[in-house]
Parts: sequence; structure tokens; C-alpha cells
Amino acid sequence: MSEVRYTDQHEWISLDGEIATVGITKYAAEQLGDVVFVELPEAGRKVGTGGEAAVVESVKAASEIYAPIGGEVTEGNPALDADPASVNADPEGAGWFFKMKISDKSEFEKLMTREKYDAFVEGL
Amino acid sequence: MRYLPLTPNDREQMLAKIGAKDIDALFRDVPKAAVVGREAFDLPDTQGEMDVDRALTRMAAKNVAAGSVPFFCGAGAYRHHIPASVDHLIQRSEFLTSYTPYQPEIAQGTLQYLFEFQTQVALLTGMEVANASLYDGSTATAEGVLMAQRVTKRAKAILSGGLHPHYSAAVETVANLSGQVVRAPTIPGRADDIAAMIDDETACVVVQSPDVFGMIHDLRPIAEAAHAKGALLIAIVTEAVSLGLLESPGAQGADIVAAEGQSIGNGLNFGGPYVGLFATRQKYLRQMPGRLTGETVDAEGKRGYVLTLSTREQHIRRDKATSNICTNSGLCCLAFTIHLSLLGEEGFSRLARLNHARASALADALTKVKGVSLVTPSFFNEFTVKLPKPAINVVDALAAKGIIAGVPAARLMPGNADAENLLIVAATETNTKDDCDALAKALAEAVA
Repeated sequence: MSEVRYTDQHEWISLDGEIATVGITKYAAEQLGDVVFVELPEAGRKVGTGGEAAVVESVKAASEIYAPIGGEVTEGNPALDADPASVNADPEGAGWFFKMKISDKSEFEKLMTREKYDAFVEGL
Repeated sequence: MRYLPLTPNDREQMLAKIGAKDIDALFRDVPKAAVVGREAFDLPDTQGEMDVDRALTRMAAKNVAAGSVPFFCGAGAYRHHIPASVDHLIQRSEFLTSYTPYQPEIAQGTLQYLFEFQTQVALLTGMEVANASLYDGSTATAEGVLMAQRVTKRAKAILSGGLHPHYSAAVETVANLSGQVVRAPTIPGRADDIAAMIDDETACVVVQSPDVFGMIHDLRPIAEAAHAKGALLIAIVTEAVSLGLLESPGAQGADIVAAEGQSIGNGLNFGGPYVGLFATRQKYLRQMPGRLTGETVDAEGKRGYVLTLSTREQHIRRDKATSNICTNSGLCCLAFTIHLSLLGEEGFSRLARLNHARASALADALTKVKGVSLVTPSFFNEFTVKLPKPAINVVDALAAKGIIAGVPAARLMPGNADAENLLIVAATETNTKDDCDALAKALAEAVA
């Protein structure tokens, strides 16, 4: 079972060995409304911590998705092209955005645990 | 909210804040030679309405209106007949506010014609999607280059030598900030060797056909060469009527088409306002600049129209917007849509054939003049001839006789020695046989 951490920008990141999977939280998906398009990074793209990695477009807004930790993108979720609505249906599962090879695992440890993130959302 | 200009008190406060003595102090770095003094205007402080009317009418009478003489200027702006019905229909009250229709519930008329306009542009250019227009052909070209840079994530744009120099200037102004712009040498009457210039850094090649000299180019080999290197082909059209006769840029492999739509429904208007046409492939839709109208259904399931994909635009996405274009040429685009609807597909095609026939007859007549030769072996309604003396002098001499003979190439490309004797001549359905005969006769006298 991989570990999952969260950011104050409402991204989740799960780590399996050195490969991390990134998506947006259920809370973020609900705030955005119906997602109509996701612009994903191409494999091989290097992103720094907090760097812009993807763009999610809903009927209400278009927002940047930031890389929770720095690394190199290995793939974008191919299913989102045909079915961007899976971001709403299963944001923390099938609606993942991209996978990346992370460079520094200690960055991961610094992010919020589920408990902390839930408390953070509670306080919003 | 009041909308008043600054009071003298406001001005004083602002000047005091930045430490300038008076307004003139703000401009003291402007070189003396560039300063136009107040005395140059010599205007009275007040004048009665009738006096102003008389003075302005006198000044206006010094102009030679395009419709009042034999007129053969083209090079990016074309005189065509606009039926009275177009002017009548565009003035209907339903269309009076042509500002960006953010509220679909009150703007169905505007949104519907914009949707029709997009459909017409997509059909004419042979592309899959078109936007609700841009400002004009040159800025549409610059937007096309920026878009190609976004799509390919590459910096270099290669402009063909036949691209209208004003368009090149617009591209250089806009796109030099985001990348690199190189231009192939200008060789009138020949296809340039642009394919050889394309490399792995190239975002796009920008090719105009018919080009600034009127010459028609086969876009296919250029499209193939561009695609082989992962670059896009941006096809430019300055005379939209040519799309009624020539194979569409889309069918020839263009990825983006940017065109000037003035010649359909819009007058010369002293250079503007004009209407930029912009079309592309479905797969690049989200990188396309400008407004887009889409068809949908309302709560009762009835057909309706809305601005679509607006979340990528400036009023929502601010500095992250796809482009900074947040409006369109509403009224000009309405005139375009109405005129093209009135012509219909067959009428438009006949209009295009008529234009080509007029230009062909004129080219035959002019090349019979001793010392005059045709530079552009293939053309639509505009061609370039080489004269035995500088074209600027010939045009001036003919203007004095009340004939506006065309655009001297040297005026568009100053300093280009090859251009000195070249005259760019356009003929449309508005030019009668008498006009053409008058030009041929006067030209023969002028170059004799």
C-alpha cells in the first residue's frame, strides 16, 4: 500500500517506490465543478517543487495544478483525454493526473497527512 | 461611477507626486526634431458649426475617393462592391451593440451571427474550427505565430519572403518578445526556398498565398516539409475573395489559417477597422486565441448559442489566458457574414471568377505596353508588372491624370532595389473595361 500526502493547493500525491502519482482532492474537484478538460504534462518534463505541471478546466474556471514535489514526469493519465469527468467521479483514484519520478523523498514527508489535510479543509 | 477626465487639481497632484513641474516636463526627453509645436496646428479656440463644416468639406474635397476614379490598389486592402442591403441590415437595432456578448440571454442575435460567421470562415479556409474574428489580418497572423509557439513549445517562426511587409512587421513586433522571427528573402514572382530553412527549432512557417505580389503558391510541399520537422504551417490570405476560386489552405495542409476579411462586406475604410479571420484544426482548439461561439440547448431543449471555452480567456484566467485578445471585430464581421450569406456559395464563386477574369484581361492589356512585363506567372485578382522606370514616379504621374494605377512595391519595401520598378496592380468586379483601357493607355504614355 502506497503512502498518500496532501498539499494546501488541494493536490494529493501517492508514493510507490520513487514513482509518485498526483491528482486533485475530492474537495478540489467539488469546488471546480464539472471538469471538461485537463491539459497534462508530457513525459520527460522536469518540474520543480510547486511548479506548474497541468491545467484543469471546468465549466467554471481553469486552474493550474502544481507539482507537490520536484521531479520528472513519467506519464499523464491517458484516460482523461476522453473522459475528463472521471476527475469528478473518482478524483483520488481513476482521475489521477500524472505520474512522476521524484528526486527527494524528504520533500514528501513534509507534506500534510490525511488527518492534517482534513483538519485544513475543515478550517477553510 | 463618474467618468470624467482629470481635473486640473488631479493633474497638479500627480505632477507634484512624481516631481514634474508641468506636463511639458514629462516630454522633455522627446527629441526636438520629433516635437510638433502647438503653433503648427494654428487652430482657433472656437468656431461656429457652419464654419467648421465648410473648412472640413474643403479639406475632404482634396481626397480622391477610390470609387471616383479608375482605381487599381490592392496589396492587402481591396475595393469590392458592397450591396446596399448589407449596410441596411447591419444597422438593424438587434445588432446595434456588437460588444462581446457575455450574457447569452440577451444576445442570441449577436451570438447566432457569430456562429454563422465561424461556420463560413471554417468552410472558406477548409479548416475545422474558426473563432469569432480578430482585429485584422496582420494581428491574426501574429496571433497565429504565438499559437504555433504554444502548440510546438518552440520559438522560431519563419516568414516567407512573399508575406506582406506590414504583416511581417506586426509579427516581429508581437512575436519577437516570445521567440525568434526570421524572414526569407523576398524574390518577386518566385516561390522561395522556405522548406530548406525549417529545422528542429522551428515552430511555424508563415506563407501568404496569393502573396504580396499577387502570386499564387502551392502550399502542399511547404506543409509536408513543415510537418516532417514537427512545425506548423500558417497560411495567410489577404484577399478573402480568392478563397472562392483557389483550393482552400486547409485542403493544402495548413494547420492555422489567418486572413484579412475586409474584402467581403467591408469598405476600404482608410485602412481600418478590418476583420481578422482565424481558423485551425480541432486538435489545436484550446490553443486558439480569441472568442468562440458555440451551439447548445437551453433548459427547454431549444437551440441556443453561447460564448464557449471562455474559462481560458482573459476575464477569467487573467495573466494565464491563452491570448490577450478579448474582443472581436463585431460590426465588420457582421457585414462579412451578411454579404457572404447574400452571395451564397455559387454567387461567391462567380464573384471570384469575375475578379480573376478582370485581372487576367488587365494583365494582358498592360503587358502589351512596350517595356512592361508580367512578374507573377500565376495570380488571382492582383499581379505585379515590371516597368521600364521607377513605379513610384509612374504612379504619381498617373494620379495627376486621375488614375490610381496600383501600389508601387517600393512603397511597401523601401530600400529593396529589386522592387523599384515593380507595380502591384489589383482588378476587381468594380473595375470596368473603360477603367482598364484608361490605365493601359495612360501607362503607355507614362513609360514611353
